[in-house]
Amino acid sequence: MFRYILRRLLQMVLAFFGTTLIVYALTFAGQGDPIQALAGERPVTPAQRAYLTEKYHLDATGVGGFFYRYFDYVKNLLQGNLGESLTGRNIGDILQQAWPVTVRLALIALAVAIIFGVTAGVLAGIRRASIFDNSTLVLTLLVLGIPTIVLAPLAQYFLGVKWQLFPPTAGSDPTFYALLLPGIVLGSLSLATALRLTRASVAENLRADYVRTARSKGLVKRRIVVVHVLRNSLIPVVTFLGVELGNLMSGAIITEGVFNIPGVGFNLFRGIRTEDGPLVVGIVSVLVVVYLVSNLVVDVLYAVLDPRIRYE
Amino acid sequence: MRVRRLAAWTALPLAVTLGLAACGSGGDGGSGGSDSSVVSIQIAEPKHLVPTNTTETSGSQVIAGLFSPLVDYDAQNKPYEVAAQSVTSSDNKVWTIKIKDGFTFHNGEKVTSQNYINAWNYGAYAPNGQDTNPFFEKIAGYADLQGKAPKAKEMSGLKKVDDLTFTATLSEPYIDFKTTLGYNAFFPMPDAAFSAPGVLKDSYEQAPIGQGPFKMKGTWQHDSKIDVERYDAYPGEKPKVKNIEFRIYQQLTAAYADVLADNLDVLPTIPTESLSTAPSDLGDRYKTSPMSSFQFLAFPTFDKDYSSPDVRKAISMAIDRDEITKSVFKGSQTSARSFVAPVLPGYREDTAGKAAEFNPTEAKKLYQAAGGPSKIVISYNGDGGHKDWVDATVNQLKTNLGVDAVGSVEPKFADLLTKVEKKTPVGAFRMGWVMDYPTMEDYLGPLYSTNGSSNYYGYSNPEFDKLVKEGSAAKTQDEAIAKYQQAEDILAKDMPVIPLRFGENVFGHSSKVKNVEMDLFQRVNLVKIEAAS
Repeated sequence: MFRYILRRLLQMVLAFFGTTLIVYALTFAGQGDPIQALAGERPVTPAQRAYLTEKYHLDATGVGGFFYRYFDYVKNLLQGNLGESLTGRNIGDILQQAWPVTVRLALIALAVAIIFGVTAGVLAGIRRASIFDNSTLVLTLLVLGIPTIVLAPLAQYFLGVKWQLFPPTAGSDPTFYALLLPGIVLGSLSLATALRLTRASVAENLRADYVRTARSKGLVKRRIVVVHVLRNSLIPVVTFLGVELGNLMSGAIITEGVFNIPGVGFNLFRGIRTEDGPLVVGIVSVLVVVYLVSNLVVDVLYAVLDPRIRYE
Repeated sequence: MRVRRLAAWTALPLAVTLGLAACGSGGDGGSGGSDSSVVSIQIAEPKHLVPTNTTETSGSQVIAGLFSPLVDYDAQNKPYEVAAQSVTSSDNKVWTIKIKDGFTFHNGEKVTSQNYINAWNYGAYAPNGQDTNPFFEKIAGYADLQGKAPKAKEMSGLKKVDDLTFTATLSEPYIDFKTTLGYNAFFPMPDAAFSAPGVLKDSYEQAPIGQGPFKMKGTWQHDSKIDVERYDAYPGEKPKVKNIEFRIYQQLTAAYADVLADNLDVLPTIPTESLSTAPSDLGDRYKTSPMSSFQFLAFPTFDKDYSSPDVRKAISMAIDRDEITKSVFKGSQTSARSFVAPVLPGYREDTAGKAAEFNPTEAKKLYQAAGGPSKIVISYNGDGGHKDWVDATVNQLKTNLGVDAVGSVEPKFADLLTKVEKKTPVGAFRMGWVMDYPTMEDYLGPLYSTNGSSNYYGYSNPEFDKLVKEGSAAKTQDEAIAKYQQAEDILAKDMPVIPLRFGENVFGHSSKVKNVEMDLFQRVNLVKIEAAS
């Protein structure tokens, strides 16, 4: 186990440098004129242009210039310095402010997915082909089919503006209640997937040999379902939710935008829109780490949940 | 039995949600809310809050509250003194600026003429990379502060006379200098802003200290909000509200939802998506007021397809402006038939004359006679909501001129400009202009003079250049305006660009505030706004 984790950690280092290099290259290759983008539609003064060009080494062009800039970036990164955005803010500070609210939102979304998705999934699995099963099938297909970009404004308009059940936007320092609606919207997609996964898994396990044995031993149905079936059925679901947590942590660009939550996705979106290369690369570098770690945790969890799985 | 158990399962989560709803609505309404003494105004995250580095609307909205300008503009958009006692000159070259006694910075420092000189020198010094740098170019000695290693750190044209008086000597006479002083580049900065002469403290931008009606409450909370409160020692007109929260939004649609729910008080720009529903959503809280923006279609005059003025005039005559402002913009913009915005002193209606009148038959005749290209391309940037009107324009050109016409999209305005600068054939392209201060020169100079900073279309007419120059060197305002108007008449003849539309502030507010007014620079008037009782 220890050797396995060590090997994975070493792989992570490689993966980290590989992904940051690609992201860095893509961001700067796709960039038109970041200085003009910063100024919007007004002309850029020569003074401002000279100042920014020097500050961000934009004069280093071509392949050599690219690697010069990339290594300069990595050097700073290893010293824990994520650099400055084109508007002169420290990217580390930006992330430090953005992270807590994104994490809270992600946890709410995950809780919604677990509480409603897993519960309904178990029920649907036990009562296959019942009204409940069929109606959840339709509902989840509907949710999976509606993109967040439609779902989020609709929820905001009806629940926030029209019926005023929730505040329409969450803002920077939101209460739990203000984050609930965005959390539900964000979690609805994972909820649907978790529900389908749980249902399939429960339905399959109910037909397994050990369930038949337990039943013939005379165990009550409740005990069979809760202790035996549920525990075994949750393995794929936990895997899914683990990866999903990594996804959610990376911020929800659309949801955070619609509900005005200044989290990671919100900043990433601004970085992309304003062609703020350093900001985009800075955020993505950190996200790469988040993904790598959450994947590792999920892989290790396999072994914990299912003793048959061993890593050597 | 089965049904009942199902009901129990669904009832539980529902009860949880309802329980939460109950305790939530009893709280502060979620997002910090706005009790009656705090007025919230939407802004985007400002790029900078240092006066000499602020050029976009959100930043200038905030510092308009923190600082008081030397001059402001009256209903006719003529300058009048605010923080200045007088701004005078006998020859329009050496200007004497006297500031009013009694102004103090929010940290208690008395405002002196040196504060202005320090701030202006800081802005003009090129290595500081300040955005408003070119606004100081008319002051003598400006050139010495440019380049990578400037010769000087201070402009020779600025001289302190006494604590409340200083002179600004210009490199050549400029009649509109007093008007330019209303711009935020010309605000003073306190001694506390500098760590050494000419070196701004990093922390200053996080909590700018000004001499205006409001002072910072805490620091700039990035991506979140900027709180300001009334500065009681302000000697000018006192604001009616005590606290203002500038709340930062990334998307206007989110802010619009908040205004509808009374969760945000002022939304300075209604998002395009909501323009058609906003009048009924907001009722009498939906407002419009004039502003200075000017949208036009520019032609690469160096391209032989478009080099003939008659081709450009014919294209202009084939566009039904009124139809587009009505159907695409729902009346939120007005048709433009002149080259400067209607809010300016010296504006005349219909200076483009016949060339801006919709006349398809005449247009087609003229176009064929002048030998216009068989395919017209209109390039635009895809990130600014321009697709609808470009499509409409293209369709009109197709119908009215009988030629092929297409819209061509570039991802960003910067990409478009790069192509134009490299003289890549992009066809006609859209451009926009917003004034920095209300003078005709602010439109004519940068947009159409041979060396204008935004003249991307290669238009050059020595006669025009001469008239603009004479105008800014004129002795009196009337004389200057006459020269500018003559210059504008030349544009009508040459038609280097075709005017399309003038913008308007289209804004909305909650039911908790009243007297919401917006100025020509898309800023909410912070002194006039009141809480509705």
